[in-house]
Amino acid sequence: MGLESKLVNDGFITTTVDALAAWARENSVWPMPMGISCCAIEMMASGDPKYDISRFGSEVMRFTPRQCDLMIVAGTVTYKMAHVVKKIYDQMPEPKWVIAMGACTSSGGMYRSYNVVQGIDQFLPVDVYAAGCPPRPENLLNALMQIQSKVGKSRVKDFPDAPELGFEPKQTEVSL
Amino acid sequence: MQKLTKDDVHPKIVQALLGADSHITLEDALENEMILNMGPQHPATHGVLRLLLRLDGETVIACVPELGYLHRGYEKMAENMSYMEFIPHTDRLDYISPPANNVAYALAVEKLAGITAPPRAQYIRMLLAELARMCSHLVSIGALAMDVGALTVFLWGLREREKILDFFDVICGARFTTSYTRIGGVASDVTSGTLKKIIEFLDQFEEKLDEMERLLNGNRIFIERLEGVGIISKDDAIDLGFTGPNLRGSGVEFDLRRATPYLFYNEMDFTIPVYTEGDSLARYFVRADELRESSKIIRQVIDKMPNGEVMLNSPKKVLPRKTEIYTKMEELIHDFMIVNFGINPPAGEVYSAVENPKGELGFYIVSKGEGHPWKMKIRSPSFANLQAVPHLVKGYMISDVVAIVGSIDPIMGEADK
Amino acid sequence: MKEVLEEKLKKEFSESSFEFTEQFGELTIKFDKSLIVPVCKLLKQDEALAFILCEDITAVDWATRTNRFTVVYHIFSMKHSFRLCLKADVDNADNKIDSVSFIWKAANWPEREVFDMYGISFNNHPDLRRMYMPEDFEHHPLRKEFPLMGIPGSVSLPKK
Repeated sequence: MGLESKLVNDGFITTTVDALAAWARENSVWPMPMGISCCAIEMMASGDPKYDISRFGSEVMRFTPRQCDLMIVAGTVTYKMAHVVKKIYDQMPEPKWVIAMGACTSSGGMYRSYNVVQGIDQFLPVDVYAAGCPPRPENLLNALMQIQSKVGKSRVKDFPDAPELGFEPKQTEVSL
Repeated sequence: MQKLTKDDVHPKIVQALLGADSHITLEDALENEMILNMGPQHPATHGVLRLLLRLDGETVIACVPELGYLHRGYEKMAENMSYMEFIPHTDRLDYISPPANNVAYALAVEKLAGITAPPRAQYIRMLLAELARMCSHLVSIGALAMDVGALTVFLWGLREREKILDFFDVICGARFTTSYTRIGGVASDVTSGTLKKIIEFLDQFEEKLDEMERLLNGNRIFIERLEGVGIISKDDAIDLGFTGPNLRGSGVEFDLRRATPYLFYNEMDFTIPVYTEGDSLARYFVRADELRESSKIIRQVIDKMPNGEVMLNSPKKVLPRKTEIYTKMEELIHDFMIVNFGINPPAGEVYSAVENPKGELGFYIVSKGEGHPWKMKIRSPSFANLQAVPHLVKGYMISDVVAIVGSIDPIMGEADK
Repeated sequence: MKEVLEEKLKKEFSESSFEFTEQFGELTIKFDKSLIVPVCKLLKQDEALAFILCEDITAVDWATRTNRFTVVYHIFSMKHSFRLCLKADVDNADNKIDSVSFIWKAANWPEREVFDMYGISFNNHPDLRRMYMPEDFEHHPLRKEFPLMGIPGSVSLPKK
């Protein structure tokens, strides 16, 4: 994690730098919109002039995982799509968080059928679940605020894989 | 996008890609050319559509779309639930214009059951279908503009759409997935205050639409990116199964609201915009003109709306009114029977199609006289429209693929069912 | 329209039987599956009829009859604004039928979907692969014996 990896000891300056970095990270959470179905439209609507996600610092919805720290899984995840979602999640750099938006990602939603994964927490670690079918944009913004408070409390100690010197890739399956 | 070797792609797909030119063997093909994966997660694919492109430099030689990333099993689920329980599922088919799908489904089941909704309910359904059409075209034009680089139009389109979603909120109770129609009518009535507000919205909508068109219609970049790209001739369009604005952009004047009229469309006065060039720019113009036609139809609907009830009074087939359920015995029993065992339409089958914003949405329902259908098939317009993509992108470049898919405007929720 | 169709079909195919039913304002013609390609060719290429739009192809699984599946074709004639439904029975033991994808190009993907969901193969289809389910899926989901929640282990999930 860059700067803090050199400052792992708990001194006064390092804890302030740590808190400063967490504050900066909290107010500029860049989402990775994994927009799959109907919830993606409400996610788009939370970016429009009426609900304005950019006042939270999150209007930069880059579709490349390499530049994002929050993945919003919006839409029904089927078994075929689950591999793709996991691949994109693995491509995101640490630290990363996940919002499971909507009923379909939280628990399979209204689709109790042979091709729908009954909840993405079967293969992804989820931080915040936003309920609704689809959740209103205000609900998504509430979920974003909860993620922000979680990010603001995070410190270097929470990410034990932070290398001290040099660079060591965490996962072995890297493509692109 | 990632470059794939021949081991990454399933052999049947490689065969289909190479099938375009059968005299090239597997080995030479991958020396001179490349297979590129425009994967399911891509900002420009309008949902989870996977396109495998075989490229010679930047030019596309063949394309194989792969669907199924959003296959939720609608048809299997429909066989296990009653007709009324399926209404919320129809919202999520073409998820940009949910009320239009609700109307289509309600019409199909009513045709099977042999009942007709009262006139006021039919006018309200027409109102919602046209408002949904406006929603869908605003997003479609905005997404097409965003795909070729004009981001402002997308935000302006969404701003107008939010005003329409406010109307859905007031009328239907939910702003997005409305589930408003019922078998035999609609769930609740519309007040005259709402109708007045809709007219006020339409009055200011024309100039906002003019503003958006001013940004695009004279813009050289927009025109050069879309003109002459993805041309399809009249005969090919019909042969490939196109319906809706895509077909009307190729010169075929075919609209189900005129050909097989349903609801009260034969009493409304509107024109069908048709453009003959058959390229992506023509399809964009058709959608922009349809926005104006829809606002004309909505004014006429509000003008002519009769007074009356909104649910049919036929207790064996239609849910009775709540006030009567709490006070009368037979209505209580009918409500119990309909909710638990479903309406029991006569045995038979029906195919009923309406003109959705994307094309022709058809429901083929086979009933054995029970409360749940024996088979339900959803004929979705995006599935049929996507079939033409391999034909349309041959010979164009990768960035044109984005413009072509944007102009066809698929929605994967209904293409994958 | 029904009389015109009856007369034309009986003239061309005098030895075969056609079952005409009219229900809810729609006309359905049922016949043997070996006739599907000649009948569709006639319906499309005849100038007076001109059924040029193939809307949908699907199949119904009747589960307990001898002819277990019925393949259903919906075609539309823009000239007369008339919709026609064609049906052909297919048995489970011999679940093959001729493909009409060279008559209407729009029939290509719906036939692949019927193959994926029911397991009915189409002869002479240019590219018969599965449509929705992954290629290595072994079952056909819309058959009546396939459970709604699926068969555990038939599709794989990534590891956490």
